[in-house]
This record gives sequence, structure tokens and C-alpha cells, in this order.
Amino acid sequence: MKLDIKGIAASPGLAVAQVYVYHSNEYIPAESRIEQPELEVKRLQTAINEVKQELEIIRASTEERLGADKAEIFEGHLMIAEDPDLIDGIIEKIKEDSVNAEFALYEVSKSFIEVLSQMDNEYLRERVADVRDVCNQIMNRLRGVEQQGLSTLTGEYIVISEDLSPSDTAKLNLESVKGFVTEIGGRTSHSAIMARSLGIPAIVGAGKDLRQIKSGEWAILDATEGTLLVNPSPDELANFTEKKSSYDQRQAELAQWVNRRTISADDHHVELAANIGKLEDVQKALDNGAEAIGLFRTEFLYMGRSTLPSEEEQFNSYKYVLEKMQNKPVVIRTLDIGGDKELPYLDLPKESNPFLGQRALRLCLERPDIFRTQLRALLRASRYGNLKIMFPMIAVLSELREAKQLLSEERSKLEAEGVELAEYIEVGMMIEVPAAAISADLFAKEVDFFSIGTNDLIQYTMAADRMNETVSYLYQPCHPSILRLIRMVIEAARKEGKWVGMCGEMAGDETAIPFLLGLGLHEFSMSAGSILRARELIGSLSKKEWDVHTDQAMTLASQDEIQAFVRNHQQGGAIL
Amino acid sequence: MISKNFTIINPTGFHVRPTKAFVQVASEFPCKINVTNKGKTVNGKSSLSMLTLGIASQDEITLEIDGEKEEEAMEHLGHLLTQIYE
Repeated sequence: MKLDIKGIAASPGLAVAQVYVYHSNEYIPAESRIEQPELEVKRLQTAINEVKQELEIIRASTEERLGADKAEIFEGHLMIAEDPDLIDGIIEKIKEDSVNAEFALYEVSKSFIEVLSQMDNEYLRERVADVRDVCNQIMNRLRGVEQQGLSTLTGEYIVISEDLSPSDTAKLNLESVKGFVTEIGGRTSHSAIMARSLGIPAIVGAGKDLRQIKSGEWAILDATEGTLLVNPSPDELANFTEKKSSYDQRQAELAQWVNRRTISADDHHVELAANIGKLEDVQKALDNGAEAIGLFRTEFLYMGRSTLPSEEEQFNSYKYVLEKMQNKPVVIRTLDIGGDKELPYLDLPKESNPFLGQRALRLCLERPDIFRTQLRALLRASRYGNLKIMFPMIAVLSELREAKQLLSEERSKLEAEGVELAEYIEVGMMIEVPAAAISADLFAKEVDFFSIGTNDLIQYTMAADRMNETVSYLYQPCHPSILRLIRMVIEAARKEGKWVGMCGEMAGDETAIPFLLGLGLHEFSMSAGSILRARELIGSLSKKEWDVHTDQAMTLASQDEIQAFVRNHQQGGAIL
Repeated sequence: MISKNFTIINPTGFHVRPTKAFVQVASEFPCKINVTNKGKTVNGKSSLSMLTLGIASQDEITLEIDGEKEEEAMEHLGHLLTQIYE
């Protein structure tokens, strides 16, 4: 039967192979009365000890293969195998009810599983899989059953299962398992995390349709799209083979750029940085070869909660990012709230034009209590890495001066308290209001760097709400007006010896990159997934040539003309 | 017996890693350690029982410690409750 199944793309990649349907066996033991509970307890303890030994082996081999953080899953499993409430609970049941160890284990683990399954936190619900996994292993030992594993598979397979436990995933024979699809699970389930670190294609949460698939059927797994095509037609197979070979080639090409500096064909260095919004994004940035964090949006610390984050909480978050980046630059933007981002607990008055209202730094200056707390946390974290502080949404000089004044007051206070801080912290501002771009020469004297926030700069320059579909045609990153503003900003900074970054979507836009290189942008900050493509592209461009091309393009009249010009030159075409 | 309240600030609540750190330290102390969240009390030396508390960010936790070295345990464990893990 032909089936087209859709799930969550948990780990990218493509595979075609026969299906192997794997059942992680849940065994329901019978209750039997026993005469000597002490012997039963001993049997249980032996089984637990054996499982602990095996977990220790898996933990060590996972640490060697995938690193300490992935091995933590098995440290968690070891803790379950040692958990006093679980183990004592089973022993108590064996003794009090004079029942066999298998039944006592089943009953006690079931009660924990039931409670955890009912939690309204997805993360905790997923931990049920851990308890089940460990208890299954103890059960198998008690029964003297060799665990049915995926380690002994030979041939090439796509594994289909209701779920894969961490120990199943850790034991996968990667020679043979080309990918897997599970019925349940989300992007953060263990199997998804493990798949990403093993680099094996995986789809999770594909639903009950999977149950219709039988071992031995052929399937195409497209984990870039999250689809599984069972019993594909010859045409579909041919299309897939083509897609797979170009995908493999592209991945190999991109992977070689991870640990390189970003250098143009004529040896001009620019910095490729990542925009992050959450602490877990830092690892993704590093995995994708980010040379810096060009924008850490601190909003997430304030959102999805009912009170303001404390200084301590913020300090810990900033310190975490700075330490993780190991002295690579980290630009942290102070709170940018308002506009489309609301904080209900601040109970701010409704504004008729929120994007032109009291947002970002404007709000922080109005509420110094909030702002000073963040500045203190930033200052305290500064000695743990290479911190740069950036203020958003500045339109006039007095705003910048006031923000810097507050920062310097907080520095003095902390120093008086004897707190150790970084000796010098670069302070910069976003250029996202046309007024700031036009007066960039004035601002450049008073900051260490600029970062151009193109999303807002385009919106304000074109006077078009980027969420409003009827005027979205005006959202034109490569419009002459925008490029001229960017040029003004970069030139103004250059005159003062300051650097300029860009942290909007435009920094990762392949049509805009040659242009921005020509204009002399120093740092390009984008989503982590775009970095390797950008590095490859920049490596193919000559900065000197683009200096000239950029001047020519600046004379063109529309975004269409400019984009066509860039494409022509990228492909070595004739000059217009 | 001593008792104290703490607010969890770890953004993802008190999941496996913090629980592990907490239980490891708790297990080193000879005293009895109870953890209460939203009216439910469990043994602080059991990671499974701790997980069943479903401790989320901003939850207020009561730590109740009774026995030898209770002051020292309170200091160590309180610190672990209010730490950021990710």
C-alpha cells in the first residue's frame, strides 16, 4: 500500500531503504506469591546492579562518541536505577505483599509513570520514556531476556517505531540504520536530540499511520521536509535519487566551512555572527561556525512569565552565553519591548501607533528601575567573556547619552561594592530609525559600534508596516533609499574608526551580501542556519571588485534593477 | 527542623539536570529532606519523586530539612534551587 506520512522533521537528511518495524517490548508480568521475599529482593538487586553496569558502559561510549552533554541522558538513567523511592518502593512491595520482583517492579514503576504522564509540562511528560526505558531494562534482566536491540541489525533500514528510548538510540548500528521515524515525540524528545547529534535523518511525531507499515516495505525518508513515502513509484524514486545526490553534495560543501574564518576571495575578513533569542541557540550558533553573537535578544528573559526577571536570573543567563562563546564577541541588546512585543505584567497603556510609540530604549528610559537592573546584570556578567552592550531604537543623541549615563552610574555603584567587572565594555547602538542613520556621523563620535537593524529601518524608511500585507510590496531591503542609508552609516562609522554590523534578515540575504561586502560592512549577523552559505558566498567574492560594482549599483533606480545587477555580477555576467 | 522558601528561576523549570544536581547533594546529607511544591511534598533524595512535583520556572518551593547538618544542607540545596542551568 502506498502511504504518504507527515511528521516533525527532527534531524535533517534523506534516505531510501527497507523499513524495519521495531517494537520496544512492554512486558506485563503475572503476579505470583513467593515464599522467600529476601531471595526475591536479592534477585532484584542483582538485576539493578547489572543494568547500572551496562548504563555506565553506554554512558562512557556515548560521551566518547557524542560528548558529555549527550551522555547526561544516561547519567539521568543511572539516577533512576538508583532512585530510593523507586527501589525501596519495589522492595517494600515484594516484602509486604510477598510477590515476585517482576510484578512489584511493574506496579511501582507504573505508578510513577502514571503521575509523570499527567504532568502538564511536555518536557516532564517526555521523561516518562526514561523511567520506562530503565524499568524495561531491569525487567529484561529479571526475566533473563536478552534485550531486543537495534545494534545487531544488518543490511540497510529505516527504523519505524512507536518511540525510541535513549538506550535504543545509543545502540543504533549506524552502518545499518539510515534513519528513523517515530509515532510519538517532539523536537526536544531524547530520540530527536540524539538523532541530530548522530547526524542521522529522523522524523518524530508521525502519528498512528505508521502502524500500517510492515517490515520489508520500501520507503523514502525525507527528513528535511518531514515526510515518509512508503512504497514509492519508480518516478518518485528517480526524483528522490536526484534530490539525495545534490543534497549530499551540498552538505559536504557546506560542512567544510564550519571552522574557517570568513574571508573574501581577495583576503578581506568580515565577521559572520549569529542572532540568538534563547540560551539553547548558542550551541546551534557554534555548531554552524558563528564567529560571534551579533545580536542576543534579551526579550525572552522577560516574556512568557508573570513578573520581571531578577538581576540574578539575568546575570546567570548573560554569563552562560558569554562563557559558552569563550571570548568570542557577544553583542547583547538591552530590552526591546513594545511595538508587537508586549509584556502583560507591565500593564503599559495602549497606544494608537505602538511601532511609533514608547518602545525599546524609550520604555527603558521611562522605567529606569527595569533598565538599571538589566545594566547591572550585564556589567556583572562582563568579566566572563567578550561582552558588548547595544541600545535599540535610538532616534536622538540625548537618548544615547542618557542610556550611557545610567550605564556609567551602575558601573560606579558596582565598583564601589567591590564587584569585579571587565575593564572596558564596548557600547553600541542599533541603527533602525532613519533619523539615527541620517545623523550617523554625530552618533559615531559617541559609540564604539553600530548594528543596522534592517527590519525596522526598512519599515520606518518606507513608512510601511511590515505586517500589513497591503503595503508589504514596500518592504524592499535592496531599495536605493535603504542602500544609501546603509552606505551613509558605514561611511560615518569609518571616519570615526568604528565598526558596523547588521543584524536584520538582510545580513543573510544572498542578493544583499555582495553589496554589503562592497559597502564595507564589518559584521554580518544572521540566523545560525544561514552562516555557512554566507561564508561560502563571501569566499567567492572579491571585495575590490564589489567596491566598484557597489558604486555602480548605487546609481540604479529600483530594487528590481539592483537585484538584477547583483545577480548578473555574481554569475560573472555583463555589466548593465 | 528548619524550613525556607525559594523561587525557581531556571527558565525551563526543574527538570532532569537540576534535579540530578539537587538529589546528588541531598543524598550526601544524613538529614531528612522534604520538598514541597503546590501543596505536594516528596522526598528530596528521590529524583523521580522530585520530577513528579513538576516544578516550573517561578514556582515557589518549600524546603524542609530535619536532622544532622540541616543548616549546611539548607544553604547548599537552596543555592541549587535558585541557580540557572540553561
